[in-house]
Amino acid sequence: MRAALFVTCVNDALYPRTGIAVVRLLERLGVGVDFPAAQSCCGQPQYNTGYRRESEPLLRRTAAAFAGYPYVVTPSGSCAAMVRAHYPRIARLAEQEGRGSGLVAQAEDLVPRVYELTEFLVDVLGVTDVGAYFPHAVTYHPSCHGLRGLGLGDRPRRLLAAVKGLDLVELPGAEECCGFGGTFAVKNPDVSAAMGTDKIDSAVGTGADVLCGADNSCLAHLGGILHRRGDAMRALHLAEILASTEEEPLR
Amino acid sequence: MTGTFVGMPSFPAFPAFPEAAREAVGDGVLRANLRHATHTIRDKRARAVAELADWDRLRAAGKAVKDHTLRHLDRYLLQLEESVTAAGGTVHWAADADEANRIVTGLVLATGHREVVKVKSMATQEIGLNEALEAAGIAAYETDLAELIVQLGHDRPSHILVPAIHRNRAEIREIFAAEMGRWGRPAPDGLGDDPRELAEAARLHLREKFLRAKVAVSGANFMVAETGTMVVFESEGNGRMCLTLPETLISVVGIEKVVPTFRDLEIFLQTLPRSSTAERMNPYTTMWTGLGPSRGADGDGPSAFHLVLLDNGRTDTLADEVGRQALRCIRCSACLNVCPVYERAGGHAYGSVYPGPIGAILSPQLRGTGSEIDASLPYASTLCGACYEVCPVAIDIPEVLVHLRERVAQGGPVTREGVRVRIRPAHGHTAERAAMRAARLLLDRPAALRAGERLLARARRLRPRRLPGPGRAWTDARDLPELPPEPFRDWWARERGGRA
Ligand code: SF4
Repeated sequence: MRAALFVTCVNDALYPRTGIAVVRLLERLGVGVDFPAAQSCCGQPQYNTGYRRESEPLLRRTAAAFAGYPYVVTPSGSCAAMVRAHYPRIARLAEQEGRGSGLVAQAEDLVPRVYELTEFLVDVLGVTDVGAYFPHAVTYHPSCHGLRGLGLGDRPRRLLAAVKGLDLVELPGAEECCGFGGTFAVKNPDVSAAMGTDKIDSAVGTGADVLCGADNSCLAHLGGILHRRGDAMRALHLAEILASTEEEPLR
Repeated sequence: MTGTFVGMPSFPAFPAFPEAAREAVGDGVLRANLRHATHTIRDKRARAVAELADWDRLRAAGKAVKDHTLRHLDRYLLQLEESVTAAGGTVHWAADADEANRIVTGLVLATGHREVVKVKSMATQEIGLNEALEAAGIAAYETDLAELIVQLGHDRPSHILVPAIHRNRAEIREIFAAEMGRWGRPAPDGLGDDPRELAEAARLHLREKFLRAKVAVSGANFMVAETGTMVVFESEGNGRMCLTLPETLISVVGIEKVVPTFRDLEIFLQTLPRSSTAERMNPYTTMWTGLGPSRGADGDGPSAFHLVLLDNGRTDTLADEVGRQALRCIRCSACLNVCPVYERAGGHAYGSVYPGPIGAILSPQLRGTGSEIDASLPYASTLCGACYEVCPVAIDIPEVLVHLRERVAQGGPVTREGVRVRIRPAHGHTAERAAMRAARLLLDRPAALRAGERLLARARRLRPRRLPGPGRAWTDARDLPELPPEPFRDWWARERGGRA
């Protein structure tokens, strides 16, 4: 089986470790990985901030870059949700407004082939035990777009629970938003920081060593607060934990 | 009468949401009050909703009834007018707040009385009715406990259902002790802050008003087109007193509150109480149809009933394909109670009687996006989706937020006073628009993107602690992530395939 990796712009530029982890993990599970280099950003920052027209070329680019791949896997719930929940609407409006001939067809063709990483593992590959080893206490923050946008349910937690040596600790108020929200963090800095601080307080309160998530944007926000406060806890993407093995443990 | 609650001005001069929220975020008492109240009610609501196996179907049914009614709103409103008139009521149409205030003020003055008791109503707050009545020399007394607290405290409501949610017991005791005597029966000496004692003080204070007042003003949760029936749901019984004791009853109701048939109420009788107060059924449901057979004639119930149908931006909202779903709202306030932004920012930051997620999509539609506050409201959300999940009529609030952001950022077609116009982007979005455009241009050119990423990687040793410009706010509370030695693309090119 072959799958295309949609690494996303944030991971490409800031969190290559997450992309590398996905490649190692999928290869370990027998999946051949391609990285179509023409890929870029899904257009979510533009769209969610009210610049729908600026997101259209990125939609076109993303759809073209992944044309023909039966599986497009991304380690970002919010980017997967952007494609699934919003691409058809953006394409439809672009066509209505005379800018996007063929865009609807492109968007609709892409939507069913895009999988968030944990969906791909659990639903397509049918695994929950990916043979990982990570001897730490971990608490999991389900990001909103994964939780409510995609309906990931307990997939991420099932994957984590099957990791050897991992002690999964419940995060109180897990389903509450961390306060990142894309440009919200910049436009409403006080509320955003207050939400993030509350989230970090509950996470640190669990006594876990690691705060795990499946969206590096939320983790950048939460990790940034942890770092500023000098807490010992670290924020880590789920893919890195799942990629860690006894032979090749995560540093 | 001086110092009474001053209603909302119709075009607000409130500060933009981020500034207004800053104050609330820094107020520890307020945040604790809000957190406690919203978490308690949201947990209770979740339990009450979980009791119904067919919740999802009820939610879909409520949405369907509302959508159907909105699609044929003209027809159902005319039917309603006919039914109310046939039952002995008088219907008045108000295009905006001023007109509604004029009608109500005129009706009260015509009775010769200068006092009205009020049933808690969002519509009358929306139009600033108390303020208009005061200007005409009419004293309006709020009788809902929380509204009373707000009115006595010279305050603004901060929640749809619990307008005094931002106050704790000690604060309420202070307000009662200091203010009640100025408007009627004073609070008893040595009033404590036990909820029972506080409620009893309010009961005694209000009883005087109920027994004296000859005119009452209310809103309605629903209006039934086929029968002309008005419906008020409440928990305390004060509404029942206002709706039955006075001689004249004036109801101001938004035109979107109509439902076609009596039977449709079956859905909302189940979903509204559970969503709002987490009760299986609200303690008091008062229904009246015009003057009805038993009203007036035998001295039971008012002898005059007036219905003021309020538009005030609703028809314009209805003209918007995406935004119109906001008119399905039954004001249960469930979305406020689950909203993490509302919980930190408090209701006042929304600059409207409609705070929280529903306020963020309703106010900029009813009032337009011309003011600072209205242009900032669509951005007062992380788009986390909790409001949509909880809404008993399935309003996709995040979808409308993004739609309104587009209106603010890029302008576009809107309907204002029935006329289709193109509005320009709101002020202050020029730099952002340029940044979004530049980002898109970069992201749409892989070679340039790669060069940019490499530049970033090379700058990693610099790792600034504070960013300049709009990024500053980010680094006020958070550190930037450590920059990687190379972007993913370069790793891929090196390790896998040598092409990228
Ligand atoms: S938007 Fe939905 S959840 Fe919010 S108050 Fe209205 S009906 Fe209730």
